[in-house]
Amino acid sequence: MNEAVRNPAEPIIEIENLSISFFTRKGEIPAVMDFSCTVMPGEAMGIVGESGCGKSTVSLGIMRDLSNIGKIVGGRIKFQGKDMGELSEEELRAIRGNKIAMIYQEPMASLNPAMKVGQQLMEVPLIHDKVSKEEAYKRALEMVRSVRLPDPERMMRSFPHQLSGGQQQRIVIAMALLSKPALLLLDEPTTALDVTVEAGIVDLVKGLGEKFGTSMIFVSHNLGLILETCDRITVMYSGEAVETGKIKDVFDRMRHPYTQGLFRSIPLPGADKNSRPLISIPGQLPLPHERPKGCNFGPRCHHFVEGVCNAAEIPMIAVEGHEGHFSRCVRFNEIDWEALPPGAKKVNERIEPGAPVLKIEDLRKYYKVGGSEVFGSSGGRVVKANETISFMARESETVAIVGESGCGKSTLAKVLLGLETASSGSVTLGNKQIESTSVEKRSVETVSSIQMVFQNPFDTLNPSHTVGSQIIRTLEKFNVGKTVADRRKRMLELLDLVKLPRAFETRKPRQLSGGQKQRIGVARAFAGDAKVVVADEPVSALDVSVQAAVTELLMDIQRKNKTTMLFISHDLSVVRYIADRVVVMYLGYIVEQGTTDQIFSPPYHPYTEALLSAIPIADTSVIKKHIVLEGDIPSAMNPPTGCPFQTRCGYKKLVPDNLCETQVPPVKNLGDGHMSLCWLADDVLAKMEPVIKFDKEHAAHEGVPDDAPQGAAGPGFAGAPPKRPRGKRPKLTDG
Amino acid sequence: MLSFILRRLGTMALTMLCLTLVVFFLINLDPNLKKLAISQTEMHTSAEQLESWLVNHGYRQNFFSRYAQWLGIAPKQPVINPETGEPTKRFSFCNDPVVPTFSGVLQGDFGCSTKFKTTVASKLFPALGATGILMFWVLVVMVPISLLIGILAGMREGTRTDRTLSVASIASTATPEYVSGVIFTVIFASWLGWLNGSAASASRGITFYNFTLPVMTLAIYGIGYIARMTRASMVEVMTQQYIRTARLKGLSFGSVVVKHALRNALIAPFTVIMLQFPWLLTGVVIVEVMFRYQGFGYTLVEAAGNNDIDLLLGCSLVSVFIVLITQLISDVGYAFLNPRIRVQ
Repeated sequence: MNEAVRNPAEPIIEIENLSISFFTRKGEIPAVMDFSCTVMPGEAMGIVGESGCGKSTVSLGIMRDLSNIGKIVGGRIKFQGKDMGELSEEELRAIRGNKIAMIYQEPMASLNPAMKVGQQLMEVPLIHDKVSKEEAYKRALEMVRSVRLPDPERMMRSFPHQLSGGQQQRIVIAMALLSKPALLLLDEPTTALDVTVEAGIVDLVKGLGEKFGTSMIFVSHNLGLILETCDRITVMYSGEAVETGKIKDVFDRMRHPYTQGLFRSIPLPGADKNSRPLISIPGQLPLPHERPKGCNFGPRCHHFVEGVCNAAEIPMIAVEGHEGHFSRCVRFNEIDWEALPPGAKKVNERIEPGAPVLKIEDLRKYYKVGGSEVFGSSGGRVVKANETISFMARESETVAIVGESGCGKSTLAKVLLGLETASSGSVTLGNKQIESTSVEKRSVETVSSIQMVFQNPFDTLNPSHTVGSQIIRTLEKFNVGKTVADRRKRMLELLDLVKLPRAFETRKPRQLSGGQKQRIGVARAFAGDAKVVVADEPVSALDVSVQAAVTELLMDIQRKNKTTMLFISHDLSVVRYIADRVVVMYLGYIVEQGTTDQIFSPPYHPYTEALLSAIPIADTSVIKKHIVLEGDIPSAMNPPTGCPFQTRCGYKKLVPDNLCETQVPPVKNLGDGHMSLCWLADDVLAKMEPVIKFDKEHAAHEGVPDDAPQGAAGPGFAGAPPKRPRGKRPKLTDG
Repeated sequence: MLSFILRRLGTMALTMLCLTLVVFFLINLDPNLKKLAISQTEMHTSAEQLESWLVNHGYRQNFFSRYAQWLGIAPKQPVINPETGEPTKRFSFCNDPVVPTFSGVLQGDFGCSTKFKTTVASKLFPALGATGILMFWVLVVMVPISLLIGILAGMREGTRTDRTLSVASIASTATPEYVSGVIFTVIFASWLGWLNGSAASASRGITFYNFTLPVMTLAIYGIGYIARMTRASMVEVMTQQYIRTARLKGLSFGSVVVKHALRNALIAPFTVIMLQFPWLLTGVVIVEVMFRYQGFGYTLVEAAGNNDIDLLLGCSLVSVFIVLITQLISDVGYAFLNPRIRVQ
């Protein structure tokens, strides 16, 4: 079928000691140093790392598309035995899009907006196979079909903007696969997509990879995704590969402190905010021109030994007992892999929630959408952004609001904050009704008692004011402190609270990293002793190692101040870790709510079940029930009749009389405040199995760590609890 | 789409109505009327004679009734000859009615030009035609050249080609027509003698010899501007991810530019080119006067200089019409180029 299959012993691509630098006015900036990897036919290699670690540069380097300032300064890339560095521009073109194809992060931006999808697809066979237009159309159509897009003929005639994000990404995948490439480069292919859509894409890529025997290089920051899709993994840090090996070896017995740090900072099942909190990596990524001598991770590593780690550049060292497992750490045989970094908290005290602070009853928010102003109106339509929302949050409780894009979670936040007013229903904060008072009409007290932490810390701070003055401005607005000196004192206390040095007072936002900016956002939100803090995806824009630190910070302050937190997120892993209660939203409705335990264990609402199954979990001992939803989330402009989820629900046939399609289900009480919006009968619900299970055999094989909580698994899990984030005890005694 | 165009045409009519009312008011202010009367009568006329000239020619009728008559929604009243007592034409050189009839803009009668001693229609439309020819040639020269320069400069940002072309475009935009016009005349007409420094003979027949200088002067100024816009737009498009997609699909650089970049890069300059029409209308004023070409700009200057009421009103009607119609075309064309805002 393609050349990949012909000679299975020969690697598809061999990268040897690759170094790539960017040449700017400031001089040479090394982006990738001494990177080696080999991908065999049919194999999938994952490259993981945080932003700025050079993982995208590697993939563009393979394509030799490094703009005019990037240059390969050392090493070789051999593709099917040929050195890419020696190819002429023309030979290179014959490989690009033909033998090596790429799938990109943002599907909308990667498709030409002014060209029909069909034409863009047809280009590939037209250039590379020199076929006729009819033949190209036929092949494109067939490929659109095999990426499981509905109504392929119509798709071919559409412009990219007429498709949803998931559909666009399927088109990009179809484009990449049209030439039956030997190697597929995937650069964060699902980062811009919703989780259930992501699950569909991952499923598709895996299936097509097997079908066509394509090798893959999968670049991602998400360890869970890599586990699901790849055979081997390379972890990158600050321009270097720090660890590489088979998925199972690296995941179960990592031999580089950075890899371990990454695993400890992601909320895996079994992590618990009280008994097993996350451990973040201290410090931050060094800038490319400020990299330390020796180990780049040295300054952030608690195993660092002066004179050993920073003596010389460290090569990749083979790990005994594992085939193809290498680590760029000189001390991995001496390190106690169980040891926790100093200062890591062992256990937090559990806090009992107090009296209700925020009550939301039967809240609705409708928007009127007129036709386009310019091109003739099609009459006003009503978008129901929120429909019969009722829940309540108590003092020092964390309520998570979970849902994908378009589910109405941001609208809900806007209504709570007063940026929008409710269409009907009530929101009670303390003893005040606030649903119809917009923020400018709210009293200072109300405004300061309900505050928000925003998703994107990069855009929410004014770039021309110092951090200190921005916090002081908030304090002024909230009438905190009588004199300037008072407020300054309070501001410095707030900096202490968010664990930033007091010297940051005079810094401008551009001098801070993403995590530090988000800390300022947190300080601002807590400036007026907020009773309720709405955190809208507060960590999703941050890197993994920083996410843990900010999450822990939020919870520390919450503990101290007894704040109620509404944590809006699409990431169920974080939610399971942080939340006491969970509200799951879909298309403006609350489809399920209950305590975290209730939500994460059966019986589920069918949507929650799919959502749980869709989150990639970076743990080899987890067995997931495989549920992939068909299609996309319907548009709120044109919602389905009956149950909002009926268009994608797999349980629909179990409900008699077509009830799902005709009537909105009643809110069903499953006991103890566990509510579900579903027609399913009790016997069906009772038969549901947990989505996430731990492989008992695996756990027995690996042994139980000494710090595992006895008796109880994490919320909603069957089987033995996992051992992370404490780190694994080595099965073999090294050295 | 049709309703959109109809609505835009309605807006256009309303704008024209408001604008003509304002112009009508301003040029009928008393000092302006006095000036008209002085220029239309002998030297050293007394104040009474001026006043009686104004009354005799109907300028002292009620302001609104005169505006309504000009518009054609009230019957045009003939003036009464004070000597014979009979209704007569206002001006001998125009066929104004001798009995009250509806004869205004709506009926196609634009009135009389006091300066050229003829009807406005017979002066204005040939002038417009002449300007139309000039604009046509300017566009034919300007648009392709400027797009080519912009695309060549923008497709490889920062190269020597880019820098050279950018400097040239900035220089050409920074030189106004009255400067470049003079320079070209001196070089091509006075020194080299290749071209004619006057385009007066072009009214009788356009030749390369008499028409190149005005076209060149106007085009050079516009070229720099449009080229800059095209370059900026092209540079932006070339950094887009879909260009990378196209490149990594294996397309050659030429195909990437022609098939993927070009259409997206033309969206912004298209609007700019459409905005050049109103600019050309005012730009021609200088060039036509400078090269003595009997077009719209020349007529406008003459009309304004002599407070030729009806002719000025006619000119402003034409200007508004052209500005608004080009905007309409640019909106419709924009929707065509950019499928994202196309009507579903």
